[in-house]
Amino acid sequence: MSVLKIKDVSKIFANGTVRAVDNFSLDVADGELVCLLGPSGSGKSTLLRMVGGFERPTSGLMIINGEDITHVPPEKRPTGMVFQSHALWTHMNVFKNLAFGLKLRKVAPDEIKRRVEGVLDLVGLGGYGTRHVAQLSGGQQQRVALARSLVLEPKILLLDEPFASLDQHLRERLREEVRDIQQRLKITTLFVTHGQDEALSMADRIVVMRDGKTEQIDRPDIVYREPQTPFVAGFIGTMNLIEGTVSNGIFSKAGYSTPLPVSDGPAILAVRPEALDLTVANDNAQGKVHRVTDYGTHGLVDLELLDSTRVKAMVSHPDLFRAGQGVRLAPKAIAAYRDNAVIHRA
Amino acid sequence: MATLVHRKTDWTGIVLAVVLTLVIVFPLIVVGTWAFTNVWRYPSVIPQEFGLRFWYQTLARADVWTSITTSLTLATTVTGISALICLPAAYAFARMDFPGRDILFFSFLAGHAFPKFGLLVAIAGIFLQLNLIGTFWGVVLIQLVGTLLFMIWIPVAAFQSVDRRMEEAARDVGAGPFRVFWSITLPQAGPTIAAAVLLSFVGTFYETEGAWLIGAPQVRTLPVLMISFINNQPVIQYGAVLSVLLWVPSFIALMFARRVVNSGSFARGFGG
Repeated sequence: MSVLKIKDVSKIFANGTVRAVDNFSLDVADGELVCLLGPSGSGKSTLLRMVGGFERPTSGLMIINGEDITHVPPEKRPTGMVFQSHALWTHMNVFKNLAFGLKLRKVAPDEIKRRVEGVLDLVGLGGYGTRHVAQLSGGQQQRVALARSLVLEPKILLLDEPFASLDQHLRERLREEVRDIQQRLKITTLFVTHGQDEALSMADRIVVMRDGKTEQIDRPDIVYREPQTPFVAGFIGTMNLIEGTVSNGIFSKAGYSTPLPVSDGPAILAVRPEALDLTVANDNAQGKVHRVTDYGTHGLVDLELLDSTRVKAMVSHPDLFRAGQGVRLAPKAIAAYRDNAVIHRA
Repeated sequence: MATLVHRKTDWTGIVLAVVLTLVIVFPLIVVGTWAFTNVWRYPSVIPQEFGLRFWYQTLARADVWTSITTSLTLATTVTGISALICLPAAYAFARMDFPGRDILFFSFLAGHAFPKFGLLVAIAGIFLQLNLIGTFWGVVLIQLVGTLLFMIWIPVAAFQSVDRRMEEAARDVGAGPFRVFWSITLPQAGPTIAAAVLLSFVGTFYETEGAWLIGAPQVRTLPVLMISFINNQPVIQYGAVLSVLLWVPSFIALMFARRVVNSGSFARGFGG
């Protein structure tokens, strides 16, 4: 059953020209973790803030558990938000930060103590209640911010780029912790990020957004393997997008050609670096090696087609290739796009 | 092993310290010494006779005690009214958007942009018609003008520096707008606002031009009394005793400030 239903929501900001969110719809199931993924300015944060009640939709409906909450103020919504900047109250200690919301709900003091301590244990900060916020590290502050939302047992947890201010190691660890907690509590979660790693590793489903619109909503593996638009293809992972033309079932671009069984016209050919085999060729070369990078486990070859279009290929033996060498390309899996839609996949 | 590292003498620091001592501390010492001196004649470097004679003489005067009461009542009243008017205004300036906001905001500088005495004389002319000259409330009104700048500008900076996300987080856990202001915004802005209140209290306590022009001779504050003492009887000790008396409130205020305000919030108050 869907816990959160967003129906045809648009947000136009006061000056009237910026459509931050454009006719957006989404159903989130009970216990599901959905990632809103997109570059900055794609409207993902605005959408999350509308679910939290901090922005009002210009049009459309927001429904939580069958109840229309479109015009309900944030303090009356069953949502809990974790902010990118943590937004902890620096004039209170950790315990008071967590207890504030419970006090507003007139929970008995010993019950407050029990619940706060329980949640602090859950986020790995047992015994930190008397600490001041300023005494905590960035990761600990983020955990307190998460605990502050969780202690109120919200129906929907909203996370607005919660790890953006943390370093890479901490980010990876917290991402696993948050996913564990989310699955243990089975709490419905909406997660905003511009990091594809975060989305791919955490989400049950990913919503890829661009200019306030949905590009694709799917499971992470499908978004990765079967991107529905060239934008998604280019945004998730590394993808070679080669713009060329199809004529008589042959795609060609600057000396490179490959069979593509679609009607004549322009097309964008999409090939992942790991799906592109290279062979050294002195005659009939389709491209030239520009740079070889050895990552230990594999190598990455940057090559140029005859018109200087850049293409990346992943190789298992980088020592076989040298800059300036001629190569031939043999894609193992391709997709082709025309007019922002898939026309072929093989 | 012998220590080869000598602490280098910081001559710049020493020169600065000496100059600062001469400029700030020396006059204070001189005034403090004069206050407890019975006889001090040229060319003696230290007084011939120390004593509390002038303290007894000064504190025996009824007008001194009246003026102390007047000064404290005035400063408290002015600061209180100023806070009532200015703090909500500061919040509005910091958080709301309304037509003429910027011009209105800068208009508070206007009172300090001209020679003050000219402004005061002009206001005195108006007060004369309103029968406010020589009244307590007349002085309150004129001194209010002096506090506006501090009590608007510093709290505006204080409210602006409160992280909006903190307020949103409070809304998120269930606090209504008023509760958010009370439990989050005010405590966050509190130390800086306390600094503004303190500055306006001390500023009002020592204000002389307005108090003299509007209040004299019926309403006499301690600084106004000090000026008339010095003008009427050129005995240095009277002025010195009153100066020491006048230090007391600012000293207490500063002690209080040290407890309430840390340097960080002070800096924030001035947009630092």
